[in-house]
Amino acid sequence: MSEIKKIKNLKEFSTSADRFEGANLLCPGCAHSIIVREVLNATNDDLILAASTGCLEVCTAVYPYTSWDASWIHIGFENGSSAVAGAEAMYKALKTKGRLKQPDRVPKFVAFGGDGATYDIGFQWISGCFERGHNMMYVCLDNEVYANTGGQRSSSTPIGASATTTPAGRVSYGEKKNKKDMMGIMAAHGAPYVAQVAPNKWKDMVAKIQKGFAAEGPVFINAMSACTTEWKFAPEDTIAISDLATDSLVFPLYEIINGTELNITYRPKNIIPVRDYLGAQGRFKHLFTKQYEYLIDEWQTRVDKEWERLQRREEARV
Amino acid sequence: MADTMELRDIEVWDGNMAASQALRQVQVDVVAAYPITPSTPIVENYAGFTANGYVDGEFVMTESEHGAMSCCIGAAAAGGRVATATSSQGFALMVETLYSASGMRLPIVLNVVNRAIGAPLNVNGDHSDMYMGRDSGWIQLDSYCPQNAYDLNFIAFRVSEDHDVRLPAMVHQDGFMTSHTAQGVHTLTDEAAYNFVGQYKPMNDMLDLDHPVTHGVQTEEDWHFEHKARQQHALMTAVLPKIQAAFDDFEKLTGRKYNIVEAYDMEDAEVAVVCMGTSVETAREVAEEMRAQGIKAGVVGIRVFRPWPLEQLAAVLKDVKAIAALDRSSPHGTVGALFNEISGTLFNTDTKAVLTNYIYGLGGRDLTKAHLVSIYTDLKANADAGKVTTPLQQYIGLRGPKLSFF
Ligand SMILES: Cc1ncc(C[n+]2csc(CCOP(=O)(O)OP(=O)(O)O)c2C)c(N)n1
Ligand code: SF4
Repeated sequence: MSEIKKIKNLKEFSTSADRFEGANLLCPGCAHSIIVREVLNATNDDLILAASTGCLEVCTAVYPYTSWDASWIHIGFENGSSAVAGAEAMYKALKTKGRLKQPDRVPKFVAFGGDGATYDIGFQWISGCFERGHNMMYVCLDNEVYANTGGQRSSSTPIGASATTTPAGRVSYGEKKNKKDMMGIMAAHGAPYVAQVAPNKWKDMVAKIQKGFAAEGPVFINAMSACTTEWKFAPEDTIAISDLATDSLVFPLYEIINGTELNITYRPKNIIPVRDYLGAQGRFKHLFTKQYEYLIDEWQTRVDKEWERLQRREEARV
Repeated sequence: MADTMELRDIEVWDGNMAASQALRQVQVDVVAAYPITPSTPIVENYAGFTANGYVDGEFVMTESEHGAMSCCIGAAAAGGRVATATSSQGFALMVETLYSASGMRLPIVLNVVNRAIGAPLNVNGDHSDMYMGRDSGWIQLDSYCPQNAYDLNFIAFRVSEDHDVRLPAMVHQDGFMTSHTAQGVHTLTDEAAYNFVGQYKPMNDMLDLDHPVTHGVQTEEDWHFEHKARQQHALMTAVLPKIQAAFDDFEKLTGRKYNIVEAYDMEDAEVAVVCMGTSVETAREVAEEMRAQGIKAGVVGIRVFRPWPLEQLAAVLKDVKAIAALDRSSPHGTVGALFNEISGTLFNTDTKAVLTNYIYGLGGRDLTKAHLVSIYTDLKANADAGKVTTPLQQYIGLRGPKLSFF
């Protein structure tokens, strides 16, 4: 196995590999680019990458330019996972046949997809890849919305968020369903490693990505990706909003090993109210009215319960 | 290394086995597939080869045909020989990815065992799926029997992987009629088959770790047009000469001669049917019988459906007086695909032939010799009159009231 990259501090980390250029068309403040950099910089290994149709794809490979200094492929919205699985299969085949050009190097295979590509349309393909056990990492850039097409709901959109296809209005508070439990579903595939990460907790993210790369088999990473445009906050607040998400436990950071062993990897010293997280974003603005305020309490109850559930699972080691 | 298999000079294979054996002999690096009747045995046979050590690439049984072709695209971009097989609904599910494969200029070979597309659900053969793929930028080669299915796979790999071409290729065969009918197939040795296609030469391969590449970029109005034009240019100019060269070499190797357009008795033909698949062979028999009755009948089989062989076809049809385009697909809303292609081909030529369209064999219905006799009789009437005296489009072998168009 290749050596695990040692990372001293954020400054060194952020400049330690330049396989994803700052030159891209993502919105200023987009967390996608921060996450991608953190994933790529976590390793010095060669990378073979895929992206599904979505913000990351349309903003980073506009012919004749590319932001990627590693082999990269995009096919469609739903099949980034299968593209990487195919490349990984070819790697294995050429290795068996002794035809690899650099036989002593072992590339890592990574697919990126938005939550729409992952939770919804691409779900079948991802499930197939995970069931077959390809040696690959799938990273979901979870901004809880179809951002590239202008902010429609996905099955990751949280309850009460206003999206263009579930807008808040006089008789609606917006999205009516709870976010799909993608972590649970992917762990249930028996994947060796499944983890939830956030870009503000970069050390935690690096540790998880490195663990994921060290695992044999398909690895799922759900990365919270704050979207300045659709969540409606100022571009310079991406990390602050991400802090609110992890510190309110709206987006808890944990990992599931071999489908069973759950570890919570970040416990905020001061847990902040969910209200603070919701209040910082335009998509939840309507909840702060008399009519819908009860939903904020419901949100808090749900987050508390989920935290309780995660802690119990961690204790129970099942 | 994969074990070689000792084949007899002639093996009794159905079309599916013929295709599977060709995939084995060219030692495909990645086969990603999903089962669907009637192409399923292709991947089952291949799985058997894998289980017995006759192939040493990767065999990936995906969760769907869309996943299979997506996997093939990723594998081809990674840099190796890639193949899969499908039919009908599976083909339809693949369509989005077919455009990606050709747009990214990736060599992939797809064996299509032609079958009707539902509704109504039907597992038997017609050409609806072949026609659905006709604008997807793939090379499309058509077999009339298991021998063709075997041979054309070698042609497909060789042309598709040629660096001047770099376009994916389909090899078609008729569902059940070819895919499940065993016939004697003249074989190549494993070595001769592999050498005919040659070892895969990668180009812009993602696995060349020192030279990263970007596949499947975004273009809008600024570049999309140029990309598509270049793709079309390669398809229309590079492919037919490469196919011809491959046919010539194949003839040297095996003695079996293939033509881009297969013309039978066309030198002095007054009337001709143009068709594809197994019906070509039936039509040949009937044409001979018609000649015994004094009707100068000929048959044109389309061997290369894409790129469409404009010049070759125009040359073959130059002197005929009446032509029947036989389409094994319901065109829905227009004349049949072959009718359209032929009329477009002849429009700027001096040919004054009368052209009519026959829809036959949908969902596996037989095309009998009697049907062809009636078609040739119609053609003779049109040739003698020098104009269309029969309906423009007729259904052949349809039960119930006669339906026609015009
Ligand atoms: C088959 C198909 N359906 C729909 C689309 C349109 N489409 C492109 S990107 C996109 C949304 C992407 O959302 P997500 O996956 O969440 O990624 P994000 O843009 O938010 O990063 C949609 C609906 C498409 N390209 N292909
Ligand atoms: S819309 Fe959101 S996800 Fe898309 S580029 Fe902008 S900030 Fe990033």
